[in-house]
Amino acid sequence: MHGRPRKAYKPEEEAASAAKAAKLRGLQSQFMANHHNKIYTKEAVDLSTKLLEINPEAYTAWNYRKLAVEDKLSGIESDPDLVKTILDEELRVVESALKQNFKSYGAWHHRKWVLSKGNSSVGNELRLLDNFQKLDTRNFHAWNYRRFVVELTKRSEQDELEYTDDMIGSDFSNYSAWHNRSVLLSSLLARKADGFLPNKKIPDEYKLVQNAIFTDEDDQSGWFYHLWLLDQTVNVETPLLTSSWPSHSSRISLYAGCSKGSFSKLTTFGSESGSFPLVLYFDQAVGGVSSSTVTIDSELKGNEDLVWEPVSKKNSQVSCVWVARLKYISSEPCFGKEYKVKVRVGNSPGIVSSRGCNFSASYEFVFTAHVHDTVEESSQDGIVSWKDGFDIWDAESKDLNALATLDRSNAQMDSKWRQEAIAEEIDLFRELPDSKIGKLTLARLLMAKAMISDDAVKGVHYNEILELYKDLMALDSSHYQYYKDEHSVALLRKVTSSTEDLSGHLFRCRNMNNSVCLRLNNLSLSRIASVEKLLFVQMLDLSHNELHSTEGLEAMQLLSCLNLSHNRIRSFSSLDSLRHLKQLRVLDVSHNHIGEHSVDTTRYLCSSPLSNSEWPQDEVGSQMPSLVTKYWDAYFVLRDLNLKQLDITGNVIAGDEFSSFVLQVAPKLVWLDGKKLEI
Amino acid sequence: MSDLPPYPPLDPTTYDLIIVGTGVSESILSAAASSSGTSVLHLDPNPFYGSHSASLSLPDLTSFLHSNSLSPPPPPPSDTPDFLSVDLATRSLYSSVEIATFDSSILDERHSRKFNVDLCGPRVLFCADESINLMLKSGSNNYVEFKSVDASFVGDSSGELRSVPDSRAAIFKDKSLGLMEKKQLMKFFKLVQAHLAAAAASSTESDEGAVKIAEEDMESPFVDFLAKMPLPPKIKSIILYGIAMVDYDQDNVEACGDLLKTREGIARLALYITSIGRFSNALGALIYPIYGQGELPQAFCRRAAVKGCIYVLRMPITALLLDKASELIVVETGGYKGVRLATGQEIFSQKLILDPCITVGSESMSSLTDQQKETLRVLVPKSISSEGKIARGICIIRGSVKADISNALVVYPPKSLFPEQLAAIRVLQLGSGLAVCPADMHVLYFSTVCENDDQGKAALLSAMSTLIKPQVPENLQSDSAVENDTAEAAKPVVLWRALYVQAMVKGEFGGSISSAASPDGNLSYNELVESAVKLYEQLMGSEELFKEETSPDNTTEEENDGGVEIEA
Repeated sequence: MHGRPRKAYKPEEEAASAAKAAKLRGLQSQFMANHHNKIYTKEAVDLSTKLLEINPEAYTAWNYRKLAVEDKLSGIESDPDLVKTILDEELRVVESALKQNFKSYGAWHHRKWVLSKGNSSVGNELRLLDNFQKLDTRNFHAWNYRRFVVELTKRSEQDELEYTDDMIGSDFSNYSAWHNRSVLLSSLLARKADGFLPNKKIPDEYKLVQNAIFTDEDDQSGWFYHLWLLDQTVNVETPLLTSSWPSHSSRISLYAGCSKGSFSKLTTFGSESGSFPLVLYFDQAVGGVSSSTVTIDSELKGNEDLVWEPVSKKNSQVSCVWVARLKYISSEPCFGKEYKVKVRVGNSPGIVSSRGCNFSASYEFVFTAHVHDTVEESSQDGIVSWKDGFDIWDAESKDLNALATLDRSNAQMDSKWRQEAIAEEIDLFRELPDSKIGKLTLARLLMAKAMISDDAVKGVHYNEILELYKDLMALDSSHYQYYKDEHSVALLRKVTSSTEDLSGHLFRCRNMNNSVCLRLNNLSLSRIASVEKLLFVQMLDLSHNELHSTEGLEAMQLLSCLNLSHNRIRSFSSLDSLRHLKQLRVLDVSHNHIGEHSVDTTRYLCSSPLSNSEWPQDEVGSQMPSLVTKYWDAYFVLRDLNLKQLDITGNVIAGDEFSSFVLQVAPKLVWLDGKKLEI
Repeated sequence: MSDLPPYPPLDPTTYDLIIVGTGVSESILSAAASSSGTSVLHLDPNPFYGSHSASLSLPDLTSFLHSNSLSPPPPPPSDTPDFLSVDLATRSLYSSVEIATFDSSILDERHSRKFNVDLCGPRVLFCADESINLMLKSGSNNYVEFKSVDASFVGDSSGELRSVPDSRAAIFKDKSLGLMEKKQLMKFFKLVQAHLAAAAASSTESDEGAVKIAEEDMESPFVDFLAKMPLPPKIKSIILYGIAMVDYDQDNVEACGDLLKTREGIARLALYITSIGRFSNALGALIYPIYGQGELPQAFCRRAAVKGCIYVLRMPITALLLDKASELIVVETGGYKGVRLATGQEIFSQKLILDPCITVGSESMSSLTDQQKETLRVLVPKSISSEGKIARGICIIRGSVKADISNALVVYPPKSLFPEQLAAIRVLQLGSGLAVCPADMHVLYFSTVCENDDQGKAALLSAMSTLIKPQVPENLQSDSAVENDTAEAAKPVVLWRALYVQAMVKGEFGGSISSAASPDGNLSYNELVESAVKLYEQLMGSEELFKEETSPDNTTEEENDGGVEIEA
């Protein structure tokens, strides 16, 4: 079935196939006449049999047979023998149709339909499947049907797993077999079946797939299974809390009112609204975060019924990042006081991952909030400049220590076997030189090791990972962008892996009251990662990178100044995630590619005017419908932001028309492209 | 054979070709000649088909090995007036025949019909080899059914049997190779396959870009090429002896009788690789005919009979008939006229092919002219040493050399059993599934090429003692045997054993009188078929064997019982 070259037809073969087609057309029209006139006599049904045995793809004929069977059954429902005879005949027709074309969807569906009638014996099905699967071991129709039959016959998953052993043993180039194996193992491991403990079984599976990979590294199916295994090794089913802001045992200073940029200390925050975001970052998307599943214990008044919001696309109720806004300025004065805030995540069950696993290990963290009564205000509406004037950040690193993320070992993950399994794999794949997939797998393994191991030796691995991805970018240009993205992820992990590394990227902005700025500029980043360790950042410089999108930044709820100039942003839809950043006041997207491409592929991924019901009622929308229609993606992003300063020069979209549009959409804007606006 | 049943005289008495002996070579020639329209009389002195390739019951096998050592009954003294008669002698191909029965119940009546034991074992067919192609071409495949040899192993003196990783799936499943070894071996197989594909492509269109093994490598010794790949010694040994089926130690150039060149080595690997998967029911590369190797000559004989060949068994010939008047000799026949049967009847033919054990005594030659001597040239016995010998052994055992496996090939590479081991020893175990023995037993065949009888038999005995529990009376068991008691206990028990050394006789074309080849020391029939094809071409003047497509369309779908039906 695989790897057979297509041959050109000879004239006599063409003549034969023309004759066959003519015969088939005759049958077809006769059959259609029967179908339309609802004729279900024996002759009529036999005609459909004949048609299907020649052309199993005639789906209408299968449907007609279903009607015919229903018609016959309605007459004789009391007689089980007759029912069986009718259904068995259907099975026979399907079988001979399948012999004609093994990949006929209609035939397989018909068989399922017949069996779901319940009257027929299913004992023969596995035998039939064995024969078919011997003929074409990789046919996914058969594998699908197999799963259906197994469920119907209640055949044990262990037996099925053995079957995949046999199939893989006779030819391991079989995605279907490996896939079925992963499905079965997932189920067996999840329900902790006898002898199926992950710390025993997963290492065995590594051994099996190593044999496939080392026997023939050009065969992809083994590599795919290896990737799945790695995923099983690294990822834990149960969701974990990765980090939070404020973090455990930190002390934050809160001011009334907002500084234009950020503050000179990392732990200082201010807001006009008198509330600060409390951010929870989970390792996977979860739902069900609420005031009952997460309890807050503090003297800060007015926070009894906190509203938790997922930071995600509209209407989605699951997210990695959840935010609640805690009020620190209430009606009665409370300035100059210190408040202890105790947060208990998973107080009651209800936080569930999108895969259906419960957040089980409840976790508690405490921080102190110092509420100040005054705001040191300078030129409230001064322009924020990203040009020079940065000093190396000189604060003691203990200031940063408070920002450290939660250690995953908190969650009592059984990490020993995982570390051992990955360490073994790393040793092995270091011996498989020169192959692209070998390098990629080694890089993935090293990354996995970094993710689940202690901090001690991380740096060494990151450098090796970065080298591997660099090699791959040079070796395999067709997947350049993927390697580039992975390189960016690794680089950001390296940067955020220790306080020493991170502090090397922290600067003081001289022009702005020495506010702290994280500068990740000029790193040729194409993707954003490790945001969970950067929740504290209020001023971020990502200029001169290769970013296509701001995805990931939505978690940085404190962000107020963002520099994205000189990147590869192609449209405002790529900035969609910024809509979640309620504190963002300063945005520089100058010198990107916005408006350059008339067809924007990301457009289909986010909200469009056609799907938006609130669209016609909107004030601005009704005032200038033509501009909104033209710049709808910009409209949706800018409308939700509260910008005071925007830089858009150096994009194709920039111009007088767009500027006038921006002024309408962002009425609070003070600075546009470096010029103060006359209000 | 001494008391011949009264045969009616044969009619007709003149044929294009008379063939004596129904071994594999003779049977192929007979089938080929008959299907090209030649009139053939095919005789055999034995009461069964197959001659030296026959499969026999234990008593028949015993008596064949022994009786063949004896001279045939003296021919009835008769002198024909018209012809010069030259008496024929039979030499035995077998020496040092030694048969031992350890369990006499094996010779019971209830067992006797259940044995079909090969004279020329161990022997199998590669699914893609020339003998299979010939069977398909001739249509004789309709008379034989095959089954797969389930596994092949390489063994050593420790008794451990390591499976031969001969395919991608086998390499994947192999437990004894390391991951890097698997990688190296597979890489080598891929190189061979790419080379073969490139060679196949370039034969039709000259495509130069493809991966091919360099020409200078093709002429170098295969063992050097393997080392250059680089393959570790363990894998080298598996490829040489377990897959390419080489006899002599390739690492020892002086003592090596058959130093294999890369070209030939690659050709043998190609045969092995293309054999795997040729027939849907055959698991591996090797198959074996149900009811024994004797089925093969019979199948060709049946094919010949269908095409008009006349068969007479139990019919020795006693003398050759030559033209008396030497000056009248027709050049084409070299003076040959016909043969005299044991019944005394004289039968005439243009040409004659004789069983390899039929010779002319030197005393009969003395009175002949030079030209007559030339005609009889191929019948003059050559010194055995120039052609080589094969030590063969047969053991009937209870149990199996490997648990859960019935039909298996085991190869002991040179020096693997003892330091002086000159050549590879091959062992083939066959079970009742092939209808060669009763249900609870297996037949083991051993063979190795050797220089002399003692050397060959010593080698076989060493392999036997590694695989089979020795027949030592219990009170004589020494302490040393106790330590690996459990290993010994698991070994199969020998019930019956035969050891013999067979002389190898090559086929030879001699104009009107030719001699067919005896079974050789190889595992397959390839060389034998090759020599039969060559002889046929010489006899018939380069006419192709089984030119016409004769395979009838009886591809009836039978309920499959695991047998391999070979179909084109």
